[in-house]
Amino acid sequence: MSNVEGILQYSHVDICYNRIPAVCDVSFTLEKGEILGIVGESGSGKSTLIRAAMGLLGPNGLVTGGNIWYQGINLPDLSVRAFNRINGTHLAMIFQNAGSSFCPIRTVGSQLLEAVRAHERIGKSQFRARAVKLLNKIGFEDPQRVLDSYPFELSGGMNQRVGIAAAMLMRPEILLADEPTSALDASVQKQVVEEMLLLRRLFHTSMILVSHNIGVVRAVADKVLVMCKGTAVEYGPAKQVLEQPAQDYTRTLIAAVPVLRRS
Amino acid sequence: MRKYIIQRFLQLLPILFGITFLSFAMMRLAGSDAVEELYSRTGTAASQQVIDAAKAELGLDRPFAAQYFTWLGGMLTGNMGVSYITGRDVFDTFVSKLPATLLLTALSVLVTLGISLPLGVISAVSYDDKSRNSRSRLCRAVTVSVDDLIRLLSFVGNSLPNFFVALLLMRLFSLRLNILPVISNGVTLRAAVLPTLTLSIAMSAKYIRQVRATVLEELHKDYVLGARARGVRGAVTLWCSVLKSSLFTIVTLLALSIGSLLGGTAIIESIFMWDGVGKLAVDSITMRDYPMIQAYVVWMAIIYVLVNLAADVLNYLLDPRVRRGVQME
Amino acid sequence: MNGPAHRMRRLHKNGVRTRLTVFCILALALIACSLFSEHLCPYDPYAQDLENALAAPSATHVLGTDRYGRDMLSRVLIGSRTSIASTLSLVGIIMVFGTAIGVLCGWNGKRLDSLVMRISDMFLAFPGLVFALAVAGILGGGLHNAIFALAAISWPKYARIARNQTLALKEATFIKAARLSGSTGTEIICRHILPNIAGPVLVTGMLDIGTMMMELAGLSYLGLGAKPPAAEWGSMMSDARSLLQTVPWVTFAPGVAIFISVMVFNLFGDAVRDYLDPKAGER
Repeated sequence: MSNVEGILQYSHVDICYNRIPAVCDVSFTLEKGEILGIVGESGSGKSTLIRAAMGLLGPNGLVTGGNIWYQGINLPDLSVRAFNRINGTHLAMIFQNAGSSFCPIRTVGSQLLEAVRAHERIGKSQFRARAVKLLNKIGFEDPQRVLDSYPFELSGGMNQRVGIAAAMLMRPEILLADEPTSALDASVQKQVVEEMLLLRRLFHTSMILVSHNIGVVRAVADKVLVMCKGTAVEYGPAKQVLEQPAQDYTRTLIAAVPVLRRS
Repeated sequence: MRKYIIQRFLQLLPILFGITFLSFAMMRLAGSDAVEELYSRTGTAASQQVIDAAKAELGLDRPFAAQYFTWLGGMLTGNMGVSYITGRDVFDTFVSKLPATLLLTALSVLVTLGISLPLGVISAVSYDDKSRNSRSRLCRAVTVSVDDLIRLLSFVGNSLPNFFVALLLMRLFSLRLNILPVISNGVTLRAAVLPTLTLSIAMSAKYIRQVRATVLEELHKDYVLGARARGVRGAVTLWCSVLKSSLFTIVTLLALSIGSLLGGTAIIESIFMWDGVGKLAVDSITMRDYPMIQAYVVWMAIIYVLVNLAADVLNYLLDPRVRRGVQME
Repeated sequence: MNGPAHRMRRLHKNGVRTRLTVFCILALALIACSLFSEHLCPYDPYAQDLENALAAPSATHVLGTDRYGRDMLSRVLIGSRTSIASTLSLVGIIMVFGTAIGVLCGWNGKRLDSLVMRISDMFLAFPGLVFALAVAGILGGGLHNAIFALAAISWPKYARIARNQTLALKEATFIKAARLSGSTGTEIICRHILPNIAGPVLVTGMLDIGTMMMELAGLSYLGLGAKPPAAEWGSMMSDARSLLQTVPWVTFAPGVAIFISVMVFNLFGDAVRDYLDPKAGER
């Protein structure tokens, strides 16, 4: 059933909150090592779409139609327990505000250890070495200090990068990024974007980047999906969608933001 | 650490000062005829001379401010005067009755925690669970009833006045089942069962709601979602992060509710004839024994303030945000 | 997605509105009961009939009679006047008084504000009932003194809420605009601030009715509130407690009356809160 070439495939997905449709009939395929950008105005169902893949729709959300295929598994059919097994190891997520995705009263290190221990048996020192190695690799200067810090002691950009490191700790195949740069100022945004590109070079991770910031999407995405009011209005290679948009909606969306050049 | 405690204590000083002043002022404003009342109670018609002498002996003829500072100084050294009624030292009487009340309070707090922590957490988790993506309708129906049952219990408990609960329990356990004494004939654990139960029922009803609301609020925070996205099991997040975060609010709320508990002991001690300071206060009020009432008010306030200080210190030790001096938002 | 979300909110609001209507009717029924209690009483609540003392509940005396042969149903009904009316006036007093102080502090700021807030800090840092006991003890028993004692410990909560809301509103753009257009302070307070803070204050007040009723009954039970022979639920229970073993209905009838009234007012308060502040109602 599953697509051979695509690593993650959405086919005709409908999602409802409290029986009210939020996403309607969306299909796309994510290839290995590809970065897909999903753009659209706020409330268009972008975040909902990727949260569905990890069972994070919350109390009232439900995938009511269509399938999300990953390695021959239909993700919406999984139980909470099964999600616990693949979340973090196969699929990982970065949040808009990574700092608040950590419990404020525990150190970053202890929470990363908890995340790793959810999937494998590992000693404290072993974990420590691995975490330090990863943090070094993605450019942290003082990994030890970061691990011993509480989230509120780190800056917003630092937290975001820790969030990325936390997501990459288990070497997931797919990284889902939910507005990873929206809460940051411009210079830090650039740093985070570069880090994501670095990840793809290092680990060949496939990524879905949800953002209302067309500039960021233009800078990293290979393909773009444009969402409007819960439906996909346009889907195709980034260059084509962003430079010769076929839909009026896309055109207005692009016109609404300042232009950034690809570096 | 020491600096923090001293700082918190200094903030409490004006409050203590105000409380002592207020209770002193009230007593004096109302209590000028206490001596006359004392004599009229004994039935002897005292001459003005005798009354004046008695007033002078009690220091009631001096200016207000002087009386206050003498009294404050006395209070701090444990010399709070003598009871108008029994003639015994107020402070000694108070201290001799205090352990019984403290025992009752401590037992009630323990029982309350034992009842409301588990029930509050279960209630919150089941409320949270019932709306999760479990597809079985049966499962939803069952979990709904756990949360709703606990909420119903706490609601009923909240609407029952504690003296009514006391009478109900008394009728059930002492008069019907005949397993516990109706009124205590001393400070024993057996006699403490009913008063403790009464106080904890009223307190748990309030506290369950607060625990539930606190835990629910934590469960809705982003880090719970974050932990799920990292594949951490819900139970692990609940124990290690959610409950630990809820603890601060829970400790603070507990310290605050000890205030209502201290007031509540007055009624309950009188009903069960438990020989503590609460009953002492009620007896003193009916007999207009002002020094005794004063001692009660001031010392209860001091105890309450100290409990809150202890809760602050506990939070300081537990909460890294306070400890490291950084406030979120 | 504005449409569906809006529809959901309306749906939620409809549910709450039904609840509000039901409990409002029940609460009004209780108040009506207390207002017209003397017409509802089957017997004279103060008429003694010693031959018929301590009668068990029967067709003639639905809740039995007390030790003087007075009809319990009549006494519970007439007691509702004291209990419900005094509770409502108590809550009314502290709501008006506390809000007035809070708004004044918030609006004027400076010295008055810090002084009053220190005083309210003091009251808040005090175990409430202990203080109420002391006040009632000093002033002596009596319903009015009990009301005064409870009012003395409860106003700071309202002053706090009103003050904080006023402070927040003072900085709001529409208040600044009103000021620039030449409205005087009194006008702004009456026309803009009071209507805006009415909601939170009202909700707090509604939720307080039950607690106040219980505390008032508690003071009466201790003999610091209404005095017998006046029929008041707390003092009726205290009066009859020695009869607990033989004739429990004399004690329990007023107790159940308190329980029911407190519950109705609590449910009503919850409904008002959910109606005015849907977000808090989710929990």
